[in-house]
Amino acid sequence: MSDVVLAGELPFPQRPDYLAAGSTLRSWLTTTDHKRIAILYAVTITVFFFMGGAAITAVRLELFVPNGWFLTSDTYNRLFSFHGIIMVWFFLVPSIPNTFGNFLMPLMIGAPDVAFPRLNLFSWYLTLVGGAFAVYTLIAGGVDTGWTFYTPFSTMFSNTHVLTAAAAVFVVGFASIATGVNFIATTHMLRAPGMTWFRLPLFVWSIYATSIVMVLSTPVLAISLMLVIAERWLGLPIFDPTRGGDPILFQHLFWFYSHPAVYIMVLPAMGVVSEIIPCFARRRLFGYDFMVYAIIAIAGIGFFVWGHHMFVSGQSPYASLIFSFLSFVIAVPSAIKVFNWTASLYRGQISFNSPMLYALGFVGLFTTGGLSGLFLASIPVDVHVTDTYFVVAHFHYIMVGGSVSAFFGALHFWWPKITGKMYPESWAQFAAITMYFGFNMTFLPQFFAGYLGMPRRYHTYPAEFQLYNVMSSAGAAVLAAAYLLPLMYLTWSLLHGKRAPSNPWSATGLEWTTSSPPPPNNFDMQPLVDRGPYQYHAERESAGTDAPEVQNARSLR
Amino acid sequence: MNTIFTLPEASTQAARVDGIFAVLVVVSALTLALVFGLLVTFAIRYRRGSEAKRGRLPEIVNREFEVSWTAATLFLFAFLFWWAASADVGALTAPSNALEVHVLAKQWMWKTQHSNGAREINELHVPIGRPVRLVMTSQDVIHSFFVPAFRIKQDVLPGRNTETWFKATKLGVFPLFCAEYCGTDHSAMRGRVTVMSEDDYTRWLSRQPEGDDLAHLGAKLFVSQGCSGCHAGSSSVHAPKLDGLYGRTVQLSDGRQVKADDAYIRDSILQPKRDVVAGFEPIMPSFAGLLDDGDVQSLTAYIRSLGQEQDHE
Ligand code: HEM
Ligand SMILES: [Cu+2]
Repeated sequence: MSDVVLAGELPFPQRPDYLAAGSTLRSWLTTTDHKRIAILYAVTITVFFFMGGAAITAVRLELFVPNGWFLTSDTYNRLFSFHGIIMVWFFLVPSIPNTFGNFLMPLMIGAPDVAFPRLNLFSWYLTLVGGAFAVYTLIAGGVDTGWTFYTPFSTMFSNTHVLTAAAAVFVVGFASIATGVNFIATTHMLRAPGMTWFRLPLFVWSIYATSIVMVLSTPVLAISLMLVIAERWLGLPIFDPTRGGDPILFQHLFWFYSHPAVYIMVLPAMGVVSEIIPCFARRRLFGYDFMVYAIIAIAGIGFFVWGHHMFVSGQSPYASLIFSFLSFVIAVPSAIKVFNWTASLYRGQISFNSPMLYALGFVGLFTTGGLSGLFLASIPVDVHVTDTYFVVAHFHYIMVGGSVSAFFGALHFWWPKITGKMYPESWAQFAAITMYFGFNMTFLPQFFAGYLGMPRRYHTYPAEFQLYNVMSSAGAAVLAAAYLLPLMYLTWSLLHGKRAPSNPWSATGLEWTTSSPPPPNNFDMQPLVDRGPYQYHAERESAGTDAPEVQNARSLR
Repeated sequence: MNTIFTLPEASTQAARVDGIFAVLVVVSALTLALVFGLLVTFAIRYRRGSEAKRGRLPEIVNREFEVSWTAATLFLFAFLFWWAASADVGALTAPSNALEVHVLAKQWMWKTQHSNGAREINELHVPIGRPVRLVMTSQDVIHSFFVPAFRIKQDVLPGRNTETWFKATKLGVFPLFCAEYCGTDHSAMRGRVTVMSEDDYTRWLSRQPEGDDLAHLGAKLFVSQGCSGCHAGSSSVHAPKLDGLYGRTVQLSDGRQVKADDAYIRDSILQPKRDVVAGFEPIMPSFAGLLDDGDVQSLTAYIRSLGQEQDHE
């Protein structure tokens, strides 16, 4: 299918790759190789993704009819809470950074590993411990607070398993912090000779910025959950208004983490897309340095917009005005990125392999989600649509349309590098297109239901919203099927796929200069870098100066 | 009632919100058309192997594009902010002639009370064309008062009063929802707002059972709870007199000034040590635990009935 030229195998000596370097369970569980840890994460979050998906499938089935037909209200509330908690903290936050970030960051900067390999492994174990708390919570009967744990409901009124759910999130937060610290140190210390800051691939930039956000914001999450635990368990008066506490304090702390957390989810996705588009358009990325500044701006301003989640909470109207203004400001760098990705296609040699389909899908869905953000940043409109399905649609466009699409894009782009196998391209293209349509079918109707006033987290709803809910549920079925497809053909490719060459897409990043899959210590020789990223040649092709990409790759060695 | 495609504009806010909404829809549609249009055009024209002309863009063109679209989005967004925000600032406070209705939220129902004492559950009757100010508090968790047809929503908090207001412009019955997740029956915490003509409303109100109005209830509490022992005109205890207090600016002993609104009165009753009036000793006991939210609302209504700042001017 692929019409990208398949570059020939580079003449590497025979030696074990990182996958073959040991096959016992013990060799996996005690590994400090960043690539193997990435695989451990990938397996873990895939399990969580399908757990969260199963929960929401039940929710969407229930919403087929206005008054419910097979779930009680309590079960319904526990299911959407579980879906939210799992998807945010056990899938979205670790998804791209802990899998692809872990696998690729050292390769992309020409390093043998991350700065603290054992800390890296430890953070995976923390994820498991957090996951164990989450699964225990589910088995013990669930939690019904929603993923937001708002007080005083969570501290004084819920009689579900709030403590273990909070513990789950608390523990997994430390995995984020550890990973963030590790990536920051790696970027600063382990870049190959010649890899200056402005020669870093944008994926590395975005993982680096994400790590800073993780390290600065996650402790605030830990503190807010500690306070919930302290009030619920020890009875300390923190949020209880009858004892002088402040129920809104929790929201400020929570969103001080959770708004930046949205950027923990989308910045890596933006990084992925910035790698894929130039490769399949055979163009240099348009405006590389503006893209870098945009990443930095998003990560920075992201800390100052949390109050836009609280326009109707009773916070000071002047505070709301400032948060509204900053929310419009942060949309500017996001818009710059969209324009630059689009402009990168101009005068390209575009081929539509599956990673490219996911990347283009990302641009479309992220733009839609981002524009709906303008509605939420405008105070009078937000007052009407907040806490309705409009918001559910908005955040799914950003987090699922954006982040999850990019995750699949990354999976297909780097799959040959990671596993050494090719997958059936036509299946992958089919899955990408189905996912795109299923996604829009599921979430587009929710904008309408939300504007018409359907509140979120509603188990039963007035009959006039039924049409939209049925459309959405039908779309969810398509989407669920589309999510299952890659599971099947990628597994197939592991067993029967063609061997992947070291650089199947003729891409320019350093990670493509080593074999597929890479050896345990990444490179046979220390790479030297003498140019910026994305030196693709379409722009020169018709100008007559031909620069074959494979030679580029060799000259780096 | 709602149809499945349109939402009635039944308040003055509704028209304002829909105006901004419509402009945002247009801006979004144009942007989407631009982005999708370019994506598709480039994807077709520059697909691999097409005959289109390639070649490098001069660096200077890159700069110009970057700077101009950054500036354009910045101006556009700044304009949208300014426009939406000024509509909001204009609608912040209720007109002073507004009808006052008290709302008490609890898992899982809405209790409303009119100033003459008439009470309703999951219902609210209001006259058309008169501003209605809602003073709301919750007995347990956070709820949110949401009337889609009016485009209003406001969280209702335990331990605090929050306010919102509307002026209904259409007769009819409109759904009321709880929009902040509040536990098991969150989705069943619904009600109806009935907008009536001024005459019908007066008739409706007079047919309601003779509830003591809030101020009367408050007056009784004022005596039975012992407030009058210190605050009544005849008392020998050195405590501030409350006539004409409501709405006035109060000088506190630590130098701050606060406006005597519902929140201030509530705090003064439940946490009297927090805002001590200049010239007085902090000797008032706290009534937290002795008075419930309904009692505090009644007392506030009583104090309000003792005269407001506007009445003195
Ligand atoms: C087939 C795909 C999906 C469907 C049909 C779906 C649907 C829903 C629905 C109906 C809700 C509940 C809304 C409410 O009652 O307020 C919800 C909430 C949520 N979803 Fe999804 N979702 C899907 C995939 C995802 C994915 C992949 C993620 C993240 C990776 C995600 C993240 C969330 C979050 C964070 C919430 C908020 C939970 C809460 O309200 O407490 N969803 N989703
Ligand atoms: Cu409620």
